Amino acid sequence: MDRFSWTSGLLELGETLVVQQRGVRLYDGEEKVKFDSGVLLLSTHRLLWRDQKNHEYCIAVPLSQVVFIEEQAAGIGKSAKIVVHLHPASSNKEPGPFQSSKYSYIKLSFKEHGQIEFYRRLSEEMTQRRWESMPTGQTIQVNKDPQAGRIRAVGIVGIERKLEEKRKETDKNISEAFEDLSKLMEKAKEMVELSKSIANKIKEKQGDITEDETIRFKSYLLSMGIANPVTRETYGSGTQYHMQLAKQLAGILQTPLEERGGIMSLTEVYCLVNRARGLELLSPEDLVNACKMLESLKLPLRLRIFDSGVMVIELQSHNEEEMVASALETVSEKGSLTADEFAKLVGMSVLLAKERLLLAEKMGHLCRDDSVEGLRFYPNLFLTQS
Amino acid sequence: MHRRGVGAGAIAKKKLAEAKYKERGTVLAEDQLAQMSKQLDMFKTNLEEFASKHKQEIRKNPEFRVQFQDMCATIGVDPLASGKGFWSEMLGVGDFYYELGVQIIEVCLALKHRNGGLITLEELHQQVLKGRGKFAQDVSQDDLLRAIKKLKVLGNGFGIIPVGGTYLVQSVPAELNMDHTVVLQLAEKKGYVTVSEIRSSLKWEMERAKQVLEHLLKEGMAWLDTQAAGEPQYWLPALFTELYSQEITPEEAKEAIP
Repeated sequence: MDRFSWTSGLLELGETLVVQQRGVRLYDGEEKVKFDSGVLLLSTHRLLWRDQKNHEYCIAVPLSQVVFIEEQAAGIGKSAKIVVHLHPASSNKEPGPFQSSKYSYIKLSFKEHGQIEFYRRLSEEMTQRRWESMPTGQTIQVNKDPQAGRIRAVGIVGIERKLEEKRKETDKNISEAFEDLSKLMEKAKEMVELSKSIANKIKEKQGDITEDETIRFKSYLLSMGIANPVTRETYGSGTQYHMQLAKQLAGILQTPLEERGGIMSLTEVYCLVNRARGLELLSPEDLVNACKMLESLKLPLRLRIFDSGVMVIELQSHNEEEMVASALETVSEKGSLTADEFAKLVGMSVLLAKERLLLAEKMGHLCRDDSVEGLRFYPNLFLTQS
Repeated sequence: MHRRGVGAGAIAKKKLAEAKYKERGTVLAEDQLAQMSKQLDMFKTNLEEFASKHKQEIRKNPEFRVQFQDMCATIGVDPLASGKGFWSEMLGVGDFYYELGVQIIEVCLALKHRNGGLITLEELHQQVLKGRGKFAQDVSQDDLLRAIKKLKVLGNGFGIIPVGGTYLVQSVPAELNMDHTVVLQLAEKKGYVTVSEIRSSLKWEMERAKQVLEHLLKEGMAWLDTQAAGEPQYWLPALFTELYSQEITPEEAKEAIP
């Protein structure tokens, strides 16, 4: 670590930023040093490290000091590292945080990853040795005091240049990733074409394809995220995955449903199930497609869709129409109720409370009073008192 | 007694021929399916390689996510359709968006009593970011929009309404037709709208304007200020967030999904 010098962190003329990575800790040989959380920057000329908490605190070592580098894989509880072997410090080196060191190498520990990219770039720079062909002309006169570190006019130019470099760098990263992405998409497109061709064959043969093959085909479509070209539905029902999922849901939802009066909206179910899973979450479509299979699989839950489009899961034992009778009682007791009031009284979500009142109205038990003050339901006296 | 002879033989032959034909037909589909299966395996490997290099990029870079999504859409692939899809499993895009979906639902539910189920994309973005905490992965507004599009299928009335330069997110199954949308867009500039403004900008009859405003009032998406100077003003809580504290109260949080 005695090869490092204090620096302002500004790039010099002719020096460009190659890559940077946050969350890097430094080691002097095998020993941790107090530089435990910083941004590691690689330029064409130097390796810099800047403290994340205190940006004035910045050290650098010229790349010309690097003998060779090697990777050290991550282990349990240990981050991946890059080991940088260095020449002895030159006699005219600028002052730095350490006067001496018993090691001739340092380690860069990547606590927030990024070591793969950084190693690649560092290797490139070591090969290209651009610092030899791009002399950093007028080295800017900077205060040796690490605490002060900046001259304003130069500071702004330096920052602007850094931003420009960062932008170019990001662009470069993106264009590489983008290239890879384009190639990947070409292959994905082939899969889409193939699936269309198979789907056409299926249509032509009109049922000479076995059930088994249909199931296989559907599962291939599922993996790729391709809508079923034959039926235009996305996977619809009938993949093994959704069948299994339906059975799982029946198990998971039994108790929550009982706790909530036998009925839950699909959005509630989505949140409940995904919060419980934590990882490998269900997509909304996965959930809907699994729920569509509940009834046919004779599971103790069912999917119900109200006129408004609201979708709920009910226990088979739940009878919404019976609940309507008790809702009527509640409304009668209070004279009239809005969905909000009813929800609070009964302890339901407003969404489902409203659906129940609407159903009661549909069945003729309640009448509505729709005004700007809100939608209020009254017992249908026309029916009872005619 | 059966006659074993030409007749039976001919039938048997015919059956055999038919069976062979069928077999052949099935073999064709079988071939193609086998080919697809092989290509799928290859594709999976390619995707794994891509993921090992660029999974971080997708996670960290919202612009790259947009490019990725657009390219998928162009070729006819929906990477978010299923958590069981390759894209989801290997790139982790699924979990990212599905979890975001949960967070969006919770924020919308917590604030519904204030704004009737309408919220600007900006406010939704702010609240979601806050809920995610400082150490979570950043999300962009584009990410929110994509997550919301997926939530539509749950039947809860999730929708996106373009207003001004941005969007309003609807999270309740209230019917909002073109008339309602247009009035919302008109109200976007000041956070409120009056009957006269509607009549002069949109050239509507009094009845039509009143109907739309009353519908918004009933849905709890608009509030009536009868004490305003001049004529009554219809305010949209979804649009005047600066006047509100940005916090979701503990009571509101409890209202959200348990």
